[in-house]
Amino acid sequence: MSVATATALRWRAREHRREAAFQIIGAAMVLLAMAMLTVLLVKILLDGYARLGVSFLTEYASRRPENAGIKAALVGSFYLMLLTAAMAVPIGVGAAIYLEEFARRNWWTRLIEINITNLAGVPSVIYGLLGLQVFVRTLMMERSLLAGACTMALLALPVIITAAREGLRSVPRSLREGSLALGATQWQTVRYAVLPVAMPPILTGVILSMSRVVGETAPLLVVGAFAYIAVLPTSVFSPFTVLPVQIYDWVSRPQHGFHQNAAAAIIVLLALLLAMNALAIYLRNRLQVRF
Amino acid sequence: MANKTSLLPPTPGAAAAIPESGQAAVRVLVSPRARRRARLEERIARALLFLCALLGVLTTFAIVFILLSESLGFFKRVSLVEFLTGTQWAPLFRPQAFGVLPLVMGTLLTTLIAMVVAAPVGLIVAIYLSEYASPRIRRVVKPMLEVLAGIPTVVYGYFALTFVTPLLQRFIPGLEGFNALSAGLVMGIMILPTVASLSEDALYAVPNSLRYASLSLGATRLQTTWGVVVPAAMSGISASFLLGISRAVGETMIVAIAAGQQPNFTFNPLRAVETMTTYIVQIAMGDVPHGTLEYSTIFAVGLLLFAITLGLNLVSEAFRARYKEAKL
Repeated sequence: MSVATATALRWRAREHRREAAFQIIGAAMVLLAMAMLTVLLVKILLDGYARLGVSFLTEYASRRPENAGIKAALVGSFYLMLLTAAMAVPIGVGAAIYLEEFARRNWWTRLIEINITNLAGVPSVIYGLLGLQVFVRTLMMERSLLAGACTMALLALPVIITAAREGLRSVPRSLREGSLALGATQWQTVRYAVLPVAMPPILTGVILSMSRVVGETAPLLVVGAFAYIAVLPTSVFSPFTVLPVQIYDWVSRPQHGFHQNAAAAIIVLLALLLAMNALAIYLRNRLQVRF
Repeated sequence: MANKTSLLPPTPGAAAAIPESGQAAVRVLVSPRARRRARLEERIARALLFLCALLGVLTTFAIVFILLSESLGFFKRVSLVEFLTGTQWAPLFRPQAFGVLPLVMGTLLTTLIAMVVAAPVGLIVAIYLSEYASPRIRRVVKPMLEVLAGIPTVVYGYFALTFVTPLLQRFIPGLEGFNALSAGLVMGIMILPTVASLSEDALYAVPNSLRYASLSLGATRLQTTWGVVVPAAMSGISASFLLGISRAVGETMIVAIAAGQQPNFTFNPLRAVETMTTYIVQIAMGDVPHGTLEYSTIFAVGLLLFAITLGLNLVSEAFRARYKEAKL
């Protein structure tokens, strides 16, 4: 009897120890991930803050790291984002409306859905190859802002469609039924009853997808963004550069000065992304319609 | 949200549930002409929206078509067997060699290192968040994972090259300036959020009745987690691992910056390697004239890359569909 009790007690103590050990391991892994993020941010801030300043934002790229700035890259990123959004948002929201509000549940709709899921998983560098062959060569846009934006629009499309579908799904049925009962057509219902209510979550999704576009590098390298540009784009057919491409160019140079510039440009890029995400969260909380 | 084209003033009470703009639809009832117009609009809108949705399908076809047609020229000159089994990749040197294995090896090596980090850490973080952590900890940790997921890959590349490599060189004397190890480790951090959040979704979907049954049999929380919850969520966890692998295989900037650009046929993580993605960027940025055999290599490599990631994504999707269906 006492032997059995002793065994049971020992077993329980052992299980307790294991339980405690796992709790510690779990917490340690979470802390490890947090520590990595902190180290990464601190390292970049320490490397780059000395180079930050007004002239860094208003100078063009240069052979001498201490004179170089990110004017062309910053403006290029901004234009690229606007142009990409102008193409991808109407098409993406349109596709989402079709799939959520109009499409019948059949194999054709399933095909479109599976397609969009898979497109989201295609490596971004493959989109670069697509853009290179379709926009740069076949449509003869050359290495222009427009070619870059078209490529990025295709890349952003699956993200926007998914976000917009979720936004549309958040609109209660009663609204659609009310509108239809008043004699509105399906499109009028979507246009006047559903879209206005679904707009805030869609907008949030759009901003988040644009923050991915701003941070994307590989497809633009393939499509041909130049790192060394000393003029601002004057039209959509101008050559261009963007922040991540400028960062890549500076990182891949051996001189320490350029690495400092890269870190400073990363700070600007992260600040931009932070601002966009903050805006998205603000819109989500502020404009959300509750039922 | 207010709609200027609305003809009727908003009537409170009667249509409180519908936004005022919805009342514009009332116009339709007014005249036959308006009704005809509405019907026409309806048809045009439907057609345009359908075209939008169609673009997704077109994009897939365009990707497949371009990769196939451009690599056709390559495979006319280089046999598929030589491409897939050759251990030398030197399209730009004489004598030329077109064995893709060094690039595949580089991709495999960096992916493996990334998964050695991301799989265990991601799974344990997911278990910790789903089974142990208090709501307060979850509220802090989940946004942090989102921040990690939102950092551009070029930033991770900078971190790998200027921080992780010099740090590791202090402990590992033979480590080259560009190497698979630090690129892989940092890539592990990059895909950690993907693995953690998808695994957590899967664990979270396991119904509590299973946990209670196990606990009431006298199992500890740890035994319940590993003996009941994790096995029940296995298909979702597998899906998250596969998606993580697919991300790592397709990732470009970290490896292009930190792993090097030399196609070495090696499994030594201390040496420089070149991945498939790096090669594509390297050639596309260079001055290889298009239409040449050298140029068409990027499409052949792209085709292989596309096939690998598509396969991984499809299997991952199948696993995920299984756990979504199997509502216990």
